[in-house]
Amino acid sequence: MNLETLTQVNIERAARRPVFVVTDVSNGEQRMVKAADLAGDPLEAELRKQLRMGKSAMIEADGKKLFVNVYAPVARMVIIGAVHISQALAPMARSLGYDVTVVDPRTAFASPERFPDVRVVAEWPDVALPPLNVDHYTAFVAVTHDPKIDDPALLHAFERDCFYVGALGSRKTHAKRVDRLKAQGASDNDVAKIHAPIGLPIGAISPGEVAVAIMAQITAQLRLPKEGAS
Amino acid sequence: MLERDEDILQAAEEWKKAGHGVALATVVETWGSAPRPAGSNLVINDEGTFLGSVSGGCVEGAVVTEALDIIASGQPKLLEFGVADETAFNVGLSCGGTIRVFVEKVA
Repeated sequence: MNLETLTQVNIERAARRPVFVVTDVSNGEQRMVKAADLAGDPLEAELRKQLRMGKSAMIEADGKKLFVNVYAPVARMVIIGAVHISQALAPMARSLGYDVTVVDPRTAFASPERFPDVRVVAEWPDVALPPLNVDHYTAFVAVTHDPKIDDPALLHAFERDCFYVGALGSRKTHAKRVDRLKAQGASDNDVAKIHAPIGLPIGAISPGEVAVAIMAQITAQLRLPKEGAS
Repeated sequence: MLERDEDILQAAEEWKKAGHGVALATVVETWGSAPRPAGSNLVINDEGTFLGSVSGGCVEGAVVTEALDIIASGQPKLLEFGVADETAFNVGLSCGGTIRVFVEKVA
C-alpha cells in the first residue's frame, strides 16, 4: 500500500465514511474506492454486497483473485441513562472497540466519578444528542426507565437509523412506551426496531449480567446475517 | 484498552511519516476456525514493533519475521498457515484453522 492510499483511508475512516481497498494478491496491485465513488465502479455490485455484510473477502473478477478489504466505520454506543447497568455496559463496550457516550440530564448520575474514561454528557437528549452525530453505525441504548428522558432520545435514534435500538422495561412498560412514541409520530417500523425487554434472555439479574445480555444482543445484531440480505 | 483497526492503520501512517520502514499484513482468506476474520490487519515497523493481529497470537511471530524481509525487498508476499503445514504447527496455529495473510510494504 502506498502512503497516499493509507493516508486517504485514514481520512475516510476518521470522517466515518466507509472505504474499500481492492488488492490483486498475485502482484500487489491495489486501488482504493470511497463509498461516495461507488456508483459506476466496475466492482460496484460486489463492493456494495461486501459493505452490506460488513465483511472483507476474496472475490473473483476478470479471472483475477481480488481481496476486498471493507473499512466500515467504528461502531459507537450511546447510552441514555447514567445508571448502574450503564456503569457495567460502558467499559464492556469500550473493550469491544465502541466509542461510548453516556447521556443523562441528572447530574447526580452523570458524574465523571461514576464513569471514569467515558464521555458523559449531563444534558437533556434534545441538547446532548444533535452534536453527537448519531448515525447508522451507532448502537443506541435507553435505560433511564424515565419516559421524559428515554422517549425523545428514542425518537432521535429512529431518525438516525441506528443499527441497534434497545430500551429497558418489561413488556407492559414497553407496550405503553410504544403507544407514547406513536402518538409522537413514530411509525410501526420505528417501534418494531426497539429491542425490549432489552438484551438476550440469559436470566440476567445483576447490572453486570444485564450489561452482558445487552452487549451480546448488540453483537448479534451487528454480526449475524440480516434476514432478507444476500 | 485494545487497539482498533483504525488505530493500527493510524500507527502505520505515523511510523511511515516518521521515516520508518513499515509493512502491512492483512488476513485475506480463512478456512475452519480461524481466530481473526479476513480484513484483520497487523502492522510492523523496521524495529520489529507491531500492532494488531492476524491470528489469536499463533502466527504473529512468523509474520513479523517475513514482514522484515518484505520491508527490505519491497516485494509483497502471500503467506499461508494451517494445521497441515509443519511450519504452521511449529508456530502454533493449532486451533484447527488455515489462514492466508497478504504482506506488503507501505511505500
